[in-house]
Amino acid sequence: MISVKNLEKSFGGHMVLKGIDEHIKKGEKVAVVGPSGSGKSTFLRCLNLLEQPTGGTITFEGIDITDPKNDINRLRARMGMVFQQFNLFPHLSVKENIKLAPVKLKLLTKQEADKRALELLERVGLPDKANAYPKQLSGGQQQRIAIARALAMNPDVMLFDEPTSALDPEMVGEVLDIMKELADDGMTMVVVTHEMGFARSVATRVLFMDQGVIAEQNEPEAFFTNPQHPRLKEFLSKVL
Amino acid sequence: MAEGWAWFTDQFEQTFITDNRWKYFLDGILTTLEVTILALLLGIVIGVLVAVVRSAHDSQRGNKKGIGHFVLGVLNWICKIYLTVIRGTPATVQLLIMWFIVFNWARDDIMILVAALSFGINSGAYVAEIVRSGIMSIDLGQSEAGRSLGLNYTQTMGYIVIPQAIKNILPALGNELITLLKETSICTVIGLQDLTKGAMIVQSRTYAPYMPYIAIAVIYLAMVLVLSGLLNLLERRLRASDKR
Repeated sequence: MISVKNLEKSFGGHMVLKGIDEHIKKGEKVAVVGPSGSGKSTFLRCLNLLEQPTGGTITFEGIDITDPKNDINRLRARMGMVFQQFNLFPHLSVKENIKLAPVKLKLLTKQEADKRALELLERVGLPDKANAYPKQLSGGQQQRIAIARALAMNPDVMLFDEPTSALDPEMVGEVLDIMKELADDGMTMVVVTHEMGFARSVATRVLFMDQGVIAEQNEPEAFFTNPQHPRLKEFLSKVL
Repeated sequence: MAEGWAWFTDQFEQTFITDNRWKYFLDGILTTLEVTILALLLGIVIGVLVAVVRSAHDSQRGNKKGIGHFVLGVLNWICKIYLTVIRGTPATVQLLIMWFIVFNWARDDIMILVAALSFGINSGAYVAEIVRSGIMSIDLGQSEAGRSLGLNYTQTMGYIVIPQAIKNILPALGNELITLLKETSICTVIGLQDLTKGAMIVQSRTYAPYMPYIAIAVIYLAMVLVLSGLLNLLERRLRASDKR
């Protein structure tokens, strides 16, 4: 589904991604872990071109998204993204947050979007918050709405950029539960996270990034119980 | 005391009643408002366009090639020249140039439109910088969220960034509007009969400056007070979603 070849990204003279090759298949749940500054968020943000790669190619469902000839907006509409800081639109109600993109991009009529928004709110367990504004909600609730907003576009893949890092500890669980349900429903997911428990129980594959490259990857059991790379051993000894 | 009252009534009569001179004031108010409103609308349109071009150009990262980048570069350059020239020259001079040079073929009946055009172009430069500061005040995450949902740049600006920016810049925009209303009084230099010109004409007939000039000062003040009241109301409406 997503094929990354020799992906490079530098900011000014600083090289953050130093050649990444990765293939993500449909239905996979890929967790990306690693120390801060390792490039894992940049890697994720390159996948939907929020960051413009400085080298290499990214192919999404057979289309080279790094080719300027391809319409990035249409491709992004099929990739949901959830941010660390939620990034809900504060001037719109919860329902309007969810409806905005599908209606403006003419994927759904207003009535269909209304119905879809309510279904999604049901799914993330917040059916009574349709008319609330983001500022009236807790961080956990905001992030669940942000997930609903991304799902409203019926994406083929969901990208999560440290979705629980800005949350109070007691709210992490509710967001991870929604993500786990999403995984069980078969959604293809790429999750940058510090939640090792989540990576271990939900991911089908875990990538360890260090200094701009994928230093090691494995299925979760082997990844956590039998790490090979010395940097991964050191990292796991600190976070587990 | 009685003498003072007699003086006042005499002045009042000369200024407003004789020869229906109140019409100069009423017509003047209408002209002033017309110029202000037209200039305001034009200023906002120009201001938002220039601000969007400038912020689009400044927020470009990476990808510095392609025809899009070139066009944006040219537009940004034009906008910068516009801002420099308009903010660097007096509005009075711009108005004189507009009427006596650019529109020297025009007849007096479109003078009001020429004045509105000149003030609109002038105001646009200030509005542009106000709007740009508003756009910059919105967290980058907002436009990233919009773009990641598949909205294009214009849609993201229009539905997500600008509505939030407007709320933040409303006080500054109100200030600009008040300045604009008062600044239109300089259109007397091209002979447009606005409120100030009306008072000048009346004074030239009566040779009595007190009543007409104090009167228009009060009228301008009243218009500004009404405007600020309306702006406060609007601001409170827009802030409603914050106070929950």
